[in-house]
Amino acid sequence: MIPIAHVLALSVALFVIGAAGFVFRKNIITVFMCIELMLNAVNLAFIGFSRYLGNLDGHLFVFFVIVVAAAEASVGLAIIIALNRNRDSLNIDDLDSMKM
Amino acid sequence: MATFSDTGLLLLITLIKIAVVVSVMLTSIAYLTWLERKVVARIQSRWGPCRVGLYGLLQPLADGIKFILKEDIVPVEADAFLYWFAPFVGFILAFLSIAVIPFGESISIHGHTISFQITDLNVGLLFIFAVTSLGVYSIALAGWSSNSKYPLLGGLRSSAQMISYELSLGLAVVGVVMITGTLSLRGIVDSQAGFWHIRGLNTFIPHWNIFVQPLGFLVYFTAAIAETNRVPFDLPEGETELVGGFHTEYSSMKFAMFFMAEYANMITVSCLATILFFGGWHGPTFGPYLLRALLPSFWFCLKLFCFLFFYIWMRGTLPRFRYDQLMAFGWKFLFPAGILNVLATSLVVAWTSSS
Amino acid sequence: MLILFYVCAVLAVLAALSVVAQRTPIYSALSLIVVLCALAVVYLLLDAEFIAVIQVIVYAGAIMVLFVYVIMLLNAGREEPSQRSRMARWLGAPLLAAFLVEILIAVWNQFPAGNSRPAGVLNAGPAAIGHLLFRNYVLPFEATSILILVAIMGAVVLAKREF
Repeated sequence: MIPIAHVLALSVALFVIGAAGFVFRKNIITVFMCIELMLNAVNLAFIGFSRYLGNLDGHLFVFFVIVVAAAEASVGLAIIIALNRNRDSLNIDDLDSMKM
Repeated sequence: MATFSDTGLLLLITLIKIAVVVSVMLTSIAYLTWLERKVVARIQSRWGPCRVGLYGLLQPLADGIKFILKEDIVPVEADAFLYWFAPFVGFILAFLSIAVIPFGESISIHGHTISFQITDLNVGLLFIFAVTSLGVYSIALAGWSSNSKYPLLGGLRSSAQMISYELSLGLAVVGVVMITGTLSLRGIVDSQAGFWHIRGLNTFIPHWNIFVQPLGFLVYFTAAIAETNRVPFDLPEGETELVGGFHTEYSSMKFAMFFMAEYANMITVSCLATILFFGGWHGPTFGPYLLRALLPSFWFCLKLFCFLFFYIWMRGTLPRFRYDQLMAFGWKFLFPAGILNVLATSLVVAWTSSS
Repeated sequence: MLILFYVCAVLAVLAALSVVAQRTPIYSALSLIVVLCALAVVYLLLDAEFIAVIQVIVYAGAIMVLFVYVIMLLNAGREEPSQRSRMARWLGAPLLAAFLVEILIAVWNQFPAGNSRPAGVLNAGPAAIGHLLFRNYVLPFEATSILILVAIMGAVVLAKREF
């Protein structure tokens, strides 16, 4: 009933919005949330294709993406907490000590 | 495909069901406050509400009028949007989970079957957990948006408690789902009809899940009390501990919404306990057609009332846990107990289904 | 059904724009929760009932709670405009727009609008997913359980206060 092209268009729109946020924003937590937005866009594409092809493997892939995103979010946020404690700043412009 | 009149009729019936369920819920929340005050008062050897109306029965009405007329104080430093948003979210989510709970048998009028349930999802149980998971936000955001020490601490503690006990809540029902084989609430109730038969002999014990899942029931009910922030797990909102916890800075209608959300959650969790472990609306039915249609709902409400009375009884009797004792209990005792229950149930199910 | 899909799609795109555009991180987090719930409804419309509920329970109900906690604990306030060069903005915006247009054209050519191919009713309930998960995909399942254990240990060690 729902054309696959429309589902994919929504997925691409969300992905590009997430990528734009990733490039333009300076607060590290917001950048992390844009990464999660991109992951969700990809999940939507998987579910759309899974329905289009009548195959359940897409659902399994989304399940694993959600689980890995959970693990990644917990470790990433722990790193952000440690960074904030050491540098007292959440701005990615201040996190450039590895630059030459 | 359904014709227009079929869809229109379905929509009309669903809207009527929603109106009935919401009005019954609001009335029962109001009178649950009355019941709580009366029972706790009697446990403490005093009268409770007895001035307003006969036996104090108009007390909830008086409280409602008081809440509407009270001044709505908003702290200057509070985040305006979130301060308004948090109690509404909690209130709406508390009413959303009622949508999948079956209250009784299906009856048929003029050839149409009408079930006493707004909608039956085949992942109904998970839907209730999803709504409960989202309910953590209302407390966390209320605590943070008040921009004050006591609410922030109370909000963080309360939401940490809720997400810890959500795990045990989910594990406790896995045993029931394994035995029943379905996540649909109506399916779970339907599987508890009749009596237990041992070797073909009819013992007159009802076929309820409590008799095969006692540990599951204990874990579920304990986790449910912690989820709804009731005594003995109500440290985050106890008056003697953190002033008022996350709702310290709230007044009048928003404060009332937090309490209505808490009582609605209590009712939902008790409904779920009845459905999962005590056979839902199964009970002796007899008599003419009208009686036989309404008697299951009566049994459901009776069992629900027993659970609510037990909640209130515990409030009057038990002291509260300290916060570190509470978290240790949730993670170090209840969670392993839930896992043990899942292990034991899966072993028994695998054994009996293979032999 | 199609109308509900468009409503949820528009809601998801608006909320995603709000995630990117809000200055305060807490509002970005709340907008992301709205995106997740809108996507859950879209999954329901695409016959993915189990994944929809898992998305709300795990993603919107646990991962985003973690985000909200960290934002509250670090007291992340409003973001000031950057002092550095705006090169990323001037280069990035046209490139991203070009990428969007290119992928949309590719999608539109590959899947012409009339071709939706219902492929019957997909049985995506918990039983079917469970069968697949524990037979064909049992190795990734066990690997992700070890991954979660490692993530828990890593998060505790990284965020611990050094005494």
